[in-house]
Amino acid sequence: MTGAIAEPSRVGEVVEASTASFVAQCYELHQPPPLGSLVRTRAGSIMIYAIVFNARTGSIEPGRRPIARGQEEEEEGDIFKSNPQITKLLRTDFEAVVVGYRDELLHQYLPPAPGHIHSFVHICEKKEVEEFSGRLDFLDIILESKILLGVDELVGASLRYASGAHADPRAFLVEAGRALASSLGGDLHRLNSLLKRLK
Amino acid sequence: MTAENQLVPEKAELGGKRLGMVVEGSLSMGLKVRLDRSTFVEDMSVGRYVTIRGQKDYFLGMVTGIELGAADDRLASSPLDAADPFIVEAVAGSATYGLLHVMPQVKLGRRAIDLTEGAKPVKTVPAHFSAVWESSQRDIELVFGKEDERRFYLGTPLDMETQVCLDLVELTKRSNGVFGKSGTGKTFLTRLLLIGILQKGAAVNLVFDMHSEYGWEGRSETNYKVKGLKQLFPSKTAILTLDEESTRRRKVSPDGVVKIGYGEIEPEDIELLRQTLNLTEPSVQAVYQFSREFGRDGWLSGLLARRTEEETAELLARLNVHESTYRNLLRGMERLRRLPFLVDEASHLPVQRIMEYLDRGVNVVLEFGRVTSPESYILVANMLTRRIHEQYVERTEMALGEGRQPPRPLVITLEEAHRFLSHEVAEQTIFGRIAREMRKYNVTLLVIDQRPSGIDEEVMSQLGTKITCLLDNERDIDSVLTGVAGKSELKGVLARLESKQQALIFGHAVPVPVVIRTREYGSADSYRGLGVAHGADAKRRSGEDAREVWEG
Ligand SMILES: Nc1ncnc2c1ncn2[C@@H]1O[C@H](COP(=O)(O)OP(=O)(O)OP(=O)(O)O)[C@@H](O)[C@H]1O
Ligand SMILES: [Mg+2]
Repeated sequence: MTGAIAEPSRVGEVVEASTASFVAQCYELHQPPPLGSLVRTRAGSIMIYAIVFNARTGSIEPGRRPIARGQEEEEEGDIFKSNPQITKLLRTDFEAVVVGYRDELLHQYLPPAPGHIHSFVHICEKKEVEEFSGRLDFLDIILESKILLGVDELVGASLRYASGAHADPRAFLVEAGRALASSLGGDLHRLNSLLKRLK
Repeated sequence: MTAENQLVPEKAELGGKRLGMVVEGSLSMGLKVRLDRSTFVEDMSVGRYVTIRGQKDYFLGMVTGIELGAADDRLASSPLDAADPFIVEAVAGSATYGLLHVMPQVKLGRRAIDLTEGAKPVKTVPAHFSAVWESSQRDIELVFGKEDERRFYLGTPLDMETQVCLDLVELTKRSNGVFGKSGTGKTFLTRLLLIGILQKGAAVNLVFDMHSEYGWEGRSETNYKVKGLKQLFPSKTAILTLDEESTRRRKVSPDGVVKIGYGEIEPEDIELLRQTLNLTEPSVQAVYQFSREFGRDGWLSGLLARRTEEETAELLARLNVHESTYRNLLRGMERLRRLPFLVDEASHLPVQRIMEYLDRGVNVVLEFGRVTSPESYILVANMLTRRIHEQYVERTEMALGEGRQPPRPLVITLEEAHRFLSHEVAEQTIFGRIAREMRKYNVTLLVIDQRPSGIDEEVMSQLGTKITCLLDNERDIDSVLTGVAGKSELKGVLARLESKQQALIFGHAVPVPVVIRTREYGSADSYRGLGVAHGADAKRRSGEDAREVWEG
């Protein structure tokens, strides 16, 4: 399924950064950007682009796990009404794999330096997604990345997401499929399962 | 950079579209071209021309093979979901792709100056990743020229509208062959060649028209009528017939009727008929004995004269001819005697008449009407050709001695050529001799045959240009392609021609082998095209004839 492009907004801040990926904390609990969506963050004079994967929500203190609180409540939502403090004890983070940057130009390879801690992270607007996915070199960065989540899942998700920014989503996906076929032509098995994820 | 060295602007040559790029190649094996994914492999066909744009030079090449390739050789045990159109669309051109085998045939310069120099032989291969394009009109013209006072438009290359032109003056300098199995378009193609030769004034034609299809109306397989030479060029064509009744029944009034007197048949003519008439070797020898006895022009009458048994016995004893040999010979000669055009007179042969026509540049078509038995065809074609050739030899030699104009070049068209040029008889027939002596005496052959393997190898090797429609018999294909560079590639091309109206041309008159779709013949449009598609001068010479027919 091809999803709609998320509303452009400031979603959070970088809390951990490396050249190839960063972790951001969301301002809103349970509101990470969608899997596969394109986000950006500034690092000095350059703008880093990354694709969201692996969002998670948990306790703000590592090692301290939240405890169940809803036994006495009627509805799940009531838990938060009865315990307003818990939204402060929980946090939603997401990881993003860096796929390019912009100085004067847009590049689809890794930036010279990683992002900065506390830099704001924005969801890209539709036009930016369209422009960025107008080239497909970033697919190879994902394909070669060492992320824990299935790489192919992420490739599929990012392309489905980006297709929503194009006038003809199917044509975009076919084009992307071709880019994958030329990268993965030697491994038809993987290619086949990846292509199935594009629909 | 001078103007001459400037690269021709790309745009000027963008005749078609890019097909793919060179990924492998060698001078001996040709190139492998990987098709772009926008090029659908099923749109490609063997025999078509492509232009390879090397970095320095362009090359014209023929597609000689088509192949499917896959980046992963496990494709055969396919994990790909071939039922899914999305997947098929995505992998086409990269994980799976089409490959062309291309034989580069000539180098076309890229610079403006090269355009004037024409094509050159290929001595290298274009570099990796050279782009391969559909050939443009300019590329083809560079190689085959445009229609002009020597060149005749015979057809179009496969999948193209450009004209392939044949230099008929060059063509008629040697003997040539038109081959192809039955119904592939040999006769239609030959009609075009005859018209071309006539229009360009390359030579004058003498046609042994065994099936009466060149002079006046012929029929197509779908039974519409197509015009013959006389209808298109009445003042430039004479129809002679061996079977007046048949000719007249078809509402054709012949310019002459051919009869042959017994006296005209010479012992050499019988030698050729040996197989057809079931004669033994001693019988053929006996003919010479009879001719010593009764004279060269009296031997057949002498042999067939009534005699008593004693007289016969006495004659045979004197000539030292065995009784059984005599019977064998007599049986054969009785068969000849039944030929309707043979008359018991010394001389009737219209050689002089034919020579007069030829001298005036009038093309002669000899119709056989219903007398299509092999013996009549062989006998007549051979007798006439021998005598006409004799005159040509005499006149050419005289012309040489006296510094005069030699006789007009003559092309003799011969259907079912293997009857005259088989290995057994080619040595002895006049046709074998003409084929071998090239244009020494200004006479060449245009042989037409559906079984080229039946023609003597040496004769085949002497044919300057071969135009061959589809052949499917291995031996025929081999015999046509013997001695040609790139034989194995051309073999594949030849065996895959369409079953009609397509031909592979190679040899002396074309700079490179080419497959054409033969020009349409038989429609009003086609006659119009033939009438006007030549220079102003030529038009005055022969176009008027054509105009009379289709405008009147
Ligand atoms: N140039 C052409 N224009 C139009 N029709 C053609 C042409 N060439 C071939 N054909 C079609 O193909 C049919 C067969 O052609 P043609 O009679 O020339 O064959 P052929 O090779 O001479 O056969 P055969 O060996 O039996 O004499 C024609 O009747 C005609 O319908
Ligand atoms: Mg025929």
